[in-house]
Formats: sequence, structure tokens, C-alpha cells
Amino acid sequence: MNKKRIKVGLFIPCYINQLYPQVGIATLELLEKLDVDVVYPQGQTCCGQPLGNSGYEEDSKGICNHFVENFKTYDFIVGPSGSCIYHIKQHFDILEQTPEVQKVRANAYELCEFIVKILGKTDLGASFPYKVGLHKSCHGLRGLKLGSCSEVQGEHYSTEEDLLSCVKGLELMSLNRKDECCGFGGTFAVFEEAISAKMGKDRVQDHLDSDVEVLTGADHSCLMHLEGIVNRNKQPLKVMHIAEILNSTL
Amino acid sequence: MSHANRATEFNKDESKVNWHDKALWYVREKRDKSAHNVQGWEYLRQLGSGIKANVLSNLDEYLVQFESNAKSNGVQVHWASNAQEHNEIVSSILDRHNAKKVVKSKSMLTEECHLNPYLEAKGIEVVDTDLGERIVQLAEEPPSHIVLPAIHKTKEEVDELFQEHLGTKPSGGNPEYLVGEARKHLRDKFMKADAAITGVNFAVADTGGVVVCTNEGNADMGVHLSKVHIACMGIEKIIPKEKHLGVFLRLLARSATGQPITTYSSHFNKAEEGKEMHIVIVDNGRTEQLSREDFRASLHCIRCGACMNTCPIYRRSGGHSYDYTIPGPIGSILSPGKDLKKHSSLPFASTLCGSCSNVCPVKINIHEQLYKWRQVIVQEEKQPILKKSIMKTAGVVLSKPKLYKLAGKSARFALKYAPKFMIYNKLNAWGKARDLPEVKNDNFDDWYKKRNKNG
Repeated sequence: MNKKRIKVGLFIPCYINQLYPQVGIATLELLEKLDVDVVYPQGQTCCGQPLGNSGYEEDSKGICNHFVENFKTYDFIVGPSGSCIYHIKQHFDILEQTPEVQKVRANAYELCEFIVKILGKTDLGASFPYKVGLHKSCHGLRGLKLGSCSEVQGEHYSTEEDLLSCVKGLELMSLNRKDECCGFGGTFAVFEEAISAKMGKDRVQDHLDSDVEVLTGADHSCLMHLEGIVNRNKQPLKVMHIAEILNSTL
Repeated sequence: MSHANRATEFNKDESKVNWHDKALWYVREKRDKSAHNVQGWEYLRQLGSGIKANVLSNLDEYLVQFESNAKSNGVQVHWASNAQEHNEIVSSILDRHNAKKVVKSKSMLTEECHLNPYLEAKGIEVVDTDLGERIVQLAEEPPSHIVLPAIHKTKEEVDELFQEHLGTKPSGGNPEYLVGEARKHLRDKFMKADAAITGVNFAVADTGGVVVCTNEGNADMGVHLSKVHIACMGIEKIIPKEKHLGVFLRLLARSATGQPITTYSSHFNKAEEGKEMHIVIVDNGRTEQLSREDFRASLHCIRCGACMNTCPIYRRSGGHSYDYTIPGPIGSILSPGKDLKKHSSLPFASTLCGSCSNVCPVKINIHEQLYKWRQVIVQEEKQPILKKSIMKTAGVVLSKPKLYKLAGKSARFALKYAPKFMIYNKLNAWGKARDLPEVKNDNFDDWYKKRNKNG
């Protein structure tokens, strides 16, 4: 008997589409390995987060509605960016809460969370023989609750660590500050340049001090910021999205 | 001047930034250890938040109950609707007693009302007796933190300050020596004081008493050695019952410094015989904040400073970069309610990382309120033209797939082929300390189309 396969709408955030196609490719290939029907809806653009976080939520309604239009028919909406997914879940409250809007908000998942929580898988058969440092992006961590937060009392858990610990050869390095913000923050990166750059610099240093070879995370906007610093300072650190690692068979 | 500009100034001395960051991170870690050792810590936060929500919903009744109980204890109660009235009331009490020398224990409310300069202009000497407060007072600076007012000063800087003002010997920043000297200096002030002013941490409605938490015992010393005690409080300091202190005293010190409890939790219920006790209850914009549904919960705040210690921006920009009595995340949601124009950059001085909301002992949704203030500010305050036009254009382009495709192509083209000097110039804040991403030949859309064609 054929079980009805889950139909996933692949959401590739605008900056990943334009600047990091390899992250989109890894996400798609990974999902295809996992026995779900993946469709990449054409004409998708953005979740509206850059406007909302800058105070221009009102002007983002067209973007949000366009998003819902694109994704309303899928069982799940999965994207490789915690903060975009968080924005959909948290801030699409500005739209009229039609059944479609509610469905999209309820079924939007960050990639790792979808794999672990919905598909119930952690070992994806990947191998990646490097020392890896995990950057726990704030919107994924404190917004989507992908893991326990250092501020909050309770048992330790981490969706990304569950996945990375099953990757053959991968050594997950422990950081001094487990979940401090990297300082990206969208337009914060530009309008508060000094603090943003300093925060990023400090975060990179923590990974270097912890003997990390590859810095990874589930939110490529943070990684774009950190990679910018690593490249500018020619530091010995490679930056990769977690989907690229989980899709590796090195 | 915006927060960003002041933060840039602070960041000119990177070693100082590192030192400031580490000092406060140390306090944050102490807080984690001490809080997480309390069984049911998260439940305690929930209780604290619930009690405060109840207080705010019934503030009118609790305040009247508090006043009536305080009066029956022989305390004189005064109401001030704003800072000016507060200062006038305090000044008139002092006048009546011909008080010329006043000692004050820590009170953010009197900072907010600018009481010191008001009294000093009338020829009254006001001495802040909390050590950190005294340091910033001697330096003629405002506090940079609500619990650790002089956290921006190194011990060497304090050494120099004391040499200048207290006549101490150079000690290379020896903390024991400096504290000893401060102690002698302050004891003298306590002995000669005519009146004592304190803040209030908790005002208990069903007893009419107030509780002041200090680590130095300076509130007690001031009150017990002078004839008049004036306690100044904001209307939101009320808690319904004395037993609720069991929740708040446990939350406060652990959140603030990682101590299980402050060294002194002083209960002031009535004046000693032959002395007077006054309580000044101040609104100063709090009722207005209470009326703003989205921002009401900011009045839960018990002034522990945990949101400052955890904030990665505060730790790297310093308290003075906020240019408001209460700095840091909580200040950034309180200040726009006081003066939207002046403080309009503060809600943007955040990455919305949410750590502040996680540490807050009374569960204020600080980062969500920062987001909401941003929406209000863009609607009500004039925005920089460049930012505004970028955002408005993005709103249109990103809702139209064809425009978006074109914009994506041209942006990638520019990024790839524009000469370096055009990309890394003064106008590009991104490129000052960071490289831009390397542009690939195809975007994901292109790749996906090609793959489907070939597959």
C-alpha cells in the first residue's frame, strides 16, 4: 500500500536564491532524499522580514500575501532559514487570518525542524570529516525553539545538534558562548555597523578559539555576515550552511 | 545623536569594549548559575509576571489601599503626576525641616526626575551613598547601568577620581584601599545628614510599608541616622501582599547579580519616634504607558538590569550610548513612550535576538515590544529618505515576481562586475569590516529551471 507522500513547498529565501544557490540546491537534494514530494513554486520572492524588522511592516503586506498565494496548497512549507520561517509564523499576524494564511503560518518549518520533528529522522547518511562549530541563530533558537537556550532553565536539547551528531566523521566543537547573537540583525548590520561588525568579529573568534574548521548554522543570513568577516580578515575558517553538511558524503 | 553614533564612539577603544563586554558577561553567567539552581525558576518568573499583571490591572485600588495603610502607620503620603511635582514635594519637605545636607540611596526614579540638580540649585547638598552612584556623581556623569552604575569605569579610573575628589593616595587601583576610603568619606556624610532619600523596590499594598534592597546597607544607614526619610516610588512598584516578596526577592537579586538575595532587604513601615517618614508616589508618564496595550507589560519591570547584562549590544556600546536614565533593552521600550522623537533610534539598537526576554524575571516580551515600537516610529517620525525609499521600493518589488527577477539579476550583475571602489566605499556600511558574498553565475531560480529542462 502506498502511503500518501507529503507534499512540500520549497521556500528559498530571496538572499539565498540570489547569492547562495548552493544552499538552495543542497536543501532541495536533501529533501528529495527523504522520501517527500518537493516542489519549488515559481515566482516566490521573500517573506517580508527585511521590511518588518525595519518598521515597514505596513508596506510588506503585498509581499506576505504573495507568499501565502504561492504556498497555500502545500502540506508543509520548508525553508533553510530560521528567521524567515519565524517571520512567517510570528509576523504574518498583520494579514487577515483567512484559512489559507493560518495554514501557511502553521505549516511553515525550518529545514532541520522539519526533518527531525515531522519526518522523525536524524541520521541522513551524511559524512563530513571536519571539526564543526554550530552557530545557533537567534530567531531559530529563541523564536522557533529549535533548541534549549542558555538563559532558560531546563533540559538541554538541540535540533541541529541531533542532526550533526549523526554525521559520520564530524566532530562538534564546544563554544565558550553557546548561543550569543552574531550581530547580523538585518538592516541592523548596516545602520549599527560598528556594533554589528564587533559582534560578528567576537563570534568568529570564539569559533577560532574552539579549534573549529567549519562554521555552520541553520540561518544563512547570520552566516553571510560571519563569512564576510572571515573573508575580510582572511581567517582560517570555512562557512557552510547546515544543509550543505547534511547533504555531504565526503 | 543616534545610538549608532554613540556606539561607534564607544567602539573606538576596542580593548575597553572587550573589558566592558566581559565584565557584564561574567554577571550574566553568575545569574544563569544562581537562577538555574532554583528548582522551578521558570515557574517563579511566571508567578512574578502574573502578580505584576494583576497589579497593573488593579493599580487604582492597590494604590489607594497602600496609601490608606501607610497613613495609618503615620507615614505622610504625597502624589506627584510628573517629575516637576515630585521635585517640588521633596524640596518642600526638606525646606520644612531646614535640611541642607541630604544622603540618598539608589533610586532610578530620582535620576529620572533629575532631583539632584534641582535640589543642588537650591543650595542643598545631595550625596549619593551607593558606591557606584557616588563614583558617577563625583565624575559628574549619569549612571550607565541601573544596578552597576559605574560599570563603565575601571578601578584605575576610580583611583584617579578619588585622588581628585577625596584626596586619596595613588594606589594603582587597589579596590580594598579605595573602598575603605569611600567608606570613611560616606560615614562622615551619613553622620552629618539632615534627611535621607531612598528609592523603593517594592511597596506592599496590604501593609503600607516599603522594601528597599541594597548590598551596602546605605539605605538603612541613611534612614536611621537622620530625622526625615523620604521614599520615592513610581506607581508600578506596588505588590499586593507581603508574602509576594517571597517571589520577588528571590527573582530580583539572582537576576541582577547572581546573588541569592541582596545583602540587605530593608523593610520601612513607619518612622521611629520623633522622626518623620514620607512616601512620594510618582506617575511621570506611567499611566500613559499603561494605556498602550502593546507596551503595558514594560511596567512589570523590577529594575534588575538582567536585560542589560545579557544584551550583546549593550555590552558593546555601554550604557551612555542610550542617552536615557534606564539604558539597555528595557530602556529602549520605556523611553519612546516618554519622548518618541528623541529616543527613536533606541528600538533599532537591537538585533531582536530575544535574550532579554529570556532573562527577564517578570517575563516582559522586550524584543517583541522593540519590534512594535519600530512600526510606531516609522509611522509617526520622519525617516531618513534613503532608508524610506529603499523600504518602499522593496515592498513593491518583492510583491511582484517579474520585478523581483529583474532586480535580482541587476543586483547580482552589479555585485559581480562593478569595480571594487564602487562597492567598498564610505556609503557601503556593510563593506567597512566585511566582504560581500561572492556572486555565482546562476541564482537558484536559473539552476532549478536548467535542471528541470535537462531532467
